[in-house]
Amino acid sequence: MVAASAAPPVVPGYSLAFPRDHGSHPDFRTEWWYSTGWLRTARGARVGFQITFFRSRQAIADANPSAFAPRQILIAHAAISDPLRGRLQKDQRIARAGFDLAQAREGDAAVWIDQWALTRASGAWHIAAPAEEFTLMLTLSPTQPPMLNGESGYSRKGPAPAAASYYYSLPHLSVAGDIVRDGRREAVTGEAWLDHEWSSEYLEPEAAGWDWIGLNLDDGAALMAFRIRDRHGGVRWAGGTLRAADGTTRHFAPGDISFDPQRRWRSPRTAIEYPVEWSVRAGDIAFALTPLMDDQESDTRATTGAIYWEGAVRAGKGGREIGRGYLELTGYGEALLLR
Amino acid sequence: MPRLRLWWQLWCSQWRAGPVRMAMPVVALALGVALASAVQLVNRSALAEFGQAARALSGDADLVVQGSADGFDERFFAAIARVPGVAVASPVLELRATLASRREPLHVVALDPFRAMQVQPALLGEIAGRLRGLLAPDGIFLSGQAASALGVETGAHLEVLVGSARRRLEMLGRLSGAAYPRALGIMDIAAAQWQFDRLGVITRIDVRVAREANPVAVRAAIARMLPPGVTIAAPEVDDARLASATRAYRVNLAMLALVAVLTGSFLVLATQTLSLLRRRSTLALLRALGMTRGALRRTLTAEGVVVGMIGAALGFAGGIALARWMLHVVAGDLGAGQLVSLSGSLAVRPADWAIFVLLGALVAGIAAWLPAREAAARPVAQALKAGDAGTAFAHARSPWIGGALIGLGVLLAVLPPLHGLPLFGYAAVATLLTGGVWLVPAAVGSLLARWPRPRRPVPALALAQLRGNSARAAIGFAAIIVSFSLMVAMAIMVHSFRESFIDWLERTLPADLQLRVGASDGTATLESAAQEALAQVAGVARAQFRRSRPLALPGGAASVQLIAVPIESGGVPDLTIVRSAPATAGVRAWISEAMVDLYRWQPGEHVTLPLGRGRGLAVTVAGVFRDYGRSTGSVIIPRSNYVAATGDTTANEAIFWLERGAHAATVVEAMRARLGLGAALQIRTTSEIRERSLRSFDRAFAITYALEAIAVFIGLLGVGVAAASTALARRGEFGMLRHVGMLRRQIVTMLAGEGLLTGVIGAGCALVLGGALSIVLVYVVNRQSFLWSIDLAVPWAQLGLLTAVLVAAAAAAALTGGRAAVGGGVIRAVREDW
Repeated sequence: MVAASAAPPVVPGYSLAFPRDHGSHPDFRTEWWYSTGWLRTARGARVGFQITFFRSRQAIADANPSAFAPRQILIAHAAISDPLRGRLQKDQRIARAGFDLAQAREGDAAVWIDQWALTRASGAWHIAAPAEEFTLMLTLSPTQPPMLNGESGYSRKGPAPAAASYYYSLPHLSVAGDIVRDGRREAVTGEAWLDHEWSSEYLEPEAAGWDWIGLNLDDGAALMAFRIRDRHGGVRWAGGTLRAADGTTRHFAPGDISFDPQRRWRSPRTAIEYPVEWSVRAGDIAFALTPLMDDQESDTRATTGAIYWEGAVRAGKGGREIGRGYLELTGYGEALLLR
Repeated sequence: MPRLRLWWQLWCSQWRAGPVRMAMPVVALALGVALASAVQLVNRSALAEFGQAARALSGDADLVVQGSADGFDERFFAAIARVPGVAVASPVLELRATLASRREPLHVVALDPFRAMQVQPALLGEIAGRLRGLLAPDGIFLSGQAASALGVETGAHLEVLVGSARRRLEMLGRLSGAAYPRALGIMDIAAAQWQFDRLGVITRIDVRVAREANPVAVRAAIARMLPPGVTIAAPEVDDARLASATRAYRVNLAMLALVAVLTGSFLVLATQTLSLLRRRSTLALLRALGMTRGALRRTLTAEGVVVGMIGAALGFAGGIALARWMLHVVAGDLGAGQLVSLSGSLAVRPADWAIFVLLGALVAGIAAWLPAREAAARPVAQALKAGDAGTAFAHARSPWIGGALIGLGVLLAVLPPLHGLPLFGYAAVATLLTGGVWLVPAAVGSLLARWPRPRRPVPALALAQLRGNSARAAIGFAAIIVSFSLMVAMAIMVHSFRESFIDWLERTLPADLQLRVGASDGTATLESAAQEALAQVAGVARAQFRRSRPLALPGGAASVQLIAVPIESGGVPDLTIVRSAPATAGVRAWISEAMVDLYRWQPGEHVTLPLGRGRGLAVTVAGVFRDYGRSTGSVIIPRSNYVAATGDTTANEAIFWLERGAHAATVVEAMRARLGLGAALQIRTTSEIRERSLRSFDRAFAITYALEAIAVFIGLLGVGVAAASTALARRGEFGMLRHVGMLRRQIVTMLAGEGLLTGVIGAGCALVLGGALSIVLVYVVNRQSFLWSIDLAVPWAQLGLLTAVLVAAAAAAALTGGRAAVGGGVIRAVREDW
């Protein structure tokens, strides 16, 4: 395919530099900025939030000189997980980049679709997302340097070396801002996680989906772990990064990671069954994952074409909470296709 | 109510005695209502479908920013999207793609599906799951109607003509019939800009206003930033455009319906009057038995109301059937060529029945009330005696009322149109007609008084009869005059139109061959190279290339046609110029008569045409010409000025003068071979076009002719009914005449003579009245509804023939009616006259 050959491959040895690599990499086929976190409202309630900006290059439009040519499609998803509501409040946006109405900029992080935006200024990340049921207005301030996943940011997704991405995480971001729901503005604080990842060949054709976690541990450590499942439910690849509070970082090989489902939940809307409680092992640490609530399913068929489960989870060990973060489960309905 | 039962029995006996006579008004009213309701139903169904289509296209848009077919800079989209209070701005490039395989262009709406999903979710719903597929640079989705019309399926390729080049589009899928009821193609805006060479251009922006914003303020904010020629409006405007496109034609058919209803109500009046004359003793008996005057009047009026309701109900049923037929056979445009209903479904509301039935009851009620009042007012003792018929219609003899009505009619005729419709013109026709009929007894009386007395006894007797019974005769006359005068008026109008149309055709077709590339708003054109190639085809002596395209003017409901024609400086285009301005400097433009009415442009006026993407082209109106081709207006400018203003050197129409001896078919063949434009290239000889135009003219008026004929037929039946009734009423008289020695044959001849005389005088009056009505139709109704002028031309031969047929038919009708009356025994006839 012309589209794939025109996109640069992800290769080891690339040296990530900031703020350049916070910005967009428009030649690569796929890119996302993905932020999740746990918030505490002024009244003490705990809610999860998630906002993602995707960029998808459409090489098929390269030759079209029109200003509307859909060379880059931008998609954004945002959701709030509030156990008091029992389901996700969510919204999505999709647009072609152009006319400065929707754009993913190079040089530093700045990606937006109309009023929805994720931008970096004076070292902090700013989120604005006025959605149908809520509005997110958050500032995420780093407390730790970027955590490069895989081999200095070269993160493999399968046995083929080309199936890889450039990938770094920003754990333990301190959050301040407001959420507006039902016309009521609430001040919130909390702790967040931000992933930035770009690739030209993310999933191999044999892969069906992935299970992923990003956890801010209470002792200041951060853990990212994932596994790629094949179309028969087996594990095709796995990986992860553990960075201790003192900065010592350990990268996991496929054999170091295991995800064992403990309890399943069936979506009443799509009848898809998701394992929502897990027992996870990464190297020598093991813990249990329990969701903030069961129903954190997202139907984004209108934009990305996918249905997945993405929700706030607690990590616990021996009945004691050791950290919080987000769990993402994709490809449980149909196999995921990243376009 | 025993008296009511008695009346009922008497009324029923009337039906038994003369079912045809009693049924006549019912049939006439039914016909009028059928016609009126069919026109109404067809038009509403077609408009409803258009409305549905327009709504599907505008979706949930609160505001529509609309440019001309030239479009405007796409950067306005980005600017409008940023206006505070704008929730969604969705850019649209709308065009009519000329297809290589088909003459009719395909309506293509190109949009950004991601933004359009938020404005037209219903339209895009079907393809929502495949939105990404729409991003293919050559993809198109077709509505069910378009796919069936083109005979293509998903995966097939469509060849479109852009300029003189062919491009291939791939059909990606089909919209469901529910999403859009008409032929439509949906493309990605980037793909369409590229494929149709319209980079940087959009024609429309659909805007959804944020819930919390003030729509008026948002609209004002957007309006301030728009370039000239681009307007902002709420989406309903589209419906109004459609309604105005067919209005003139609807009005014409409504006129015919009016004729039929008037004739019908007149027949109610006539039959009721005659029936009251026949029943005068019966009615007197009812009065003698104690029925009050008021009760009698009400009962008799009720007869008319019942007749009216039956007629209208039957008529509406007929109207539905007629409308079905029209939708399937004539299509929903009523022959006007502007609306084509594809689904052909009919929307009938129960309320329609009620309205038409009430209308019929009202009209017939009034028609029955007039004679009923008179019958009830008659003294009982006098009415019980025979020979009282002469006083009927006594009040109608007052010529003052008739004169006043005619004066009012003249006054109404000079009033301007109301909401762009010649409503006062119609009122004038109705008033003049009523006034004319009112004057009939007086006119007939004076004519009969002056008529020379024939030598031979039988015709002399006929004349005497008419003179002595002029009131009763007036009914027969009126029947003729109402139907025949309207027919005369319509015939003169249609003939005048046809003559003017032929004259116009001669003027507009000066050359030997006419060439056209697709529809004038399509994407195919002839570029300079193609124009040169055509001019050099062997056999072509001279060629003239034109650029014709629709142009939306501010304040106009529908687009006007702009035609750029080569005109030398100081020259005048070859047109029927009806008015000119003194010569001026600057760019000259000639406008059609409709422009004067629709845009109030006058010769000598300076106006700006929204051409090109800048401030437009300033022109001076040099003259007004007649244009029967486009009732929504047309403007002609020199092509050199058009090219200078727009940079568009293409053409889409051409005319060719051939060398002496050149064979048209060979030249056409050579032209087709030079250009690979397929079915989009239409080349016709001038005689072919003339024939086709006249044929379509006649087809458009065929329904008019048919209805006229029906109206006259009803009028004639009215004459027959009147003759038969009077003859029956005069049985005593015939008996007396037989007693004094007249032969049965002679009486019949006398009746025929009366009929003949009635026919001659009636036709004469009708010709005068019809002539007057035709002047109103030609100069008021036609001018105001079609916005073009026609020259009065009288079809003498046709009128002569019609008159002869009418007179003969009147005599025959009188004869037939009379023969029945004189058939009875002499003794019985005389005895009846106690």
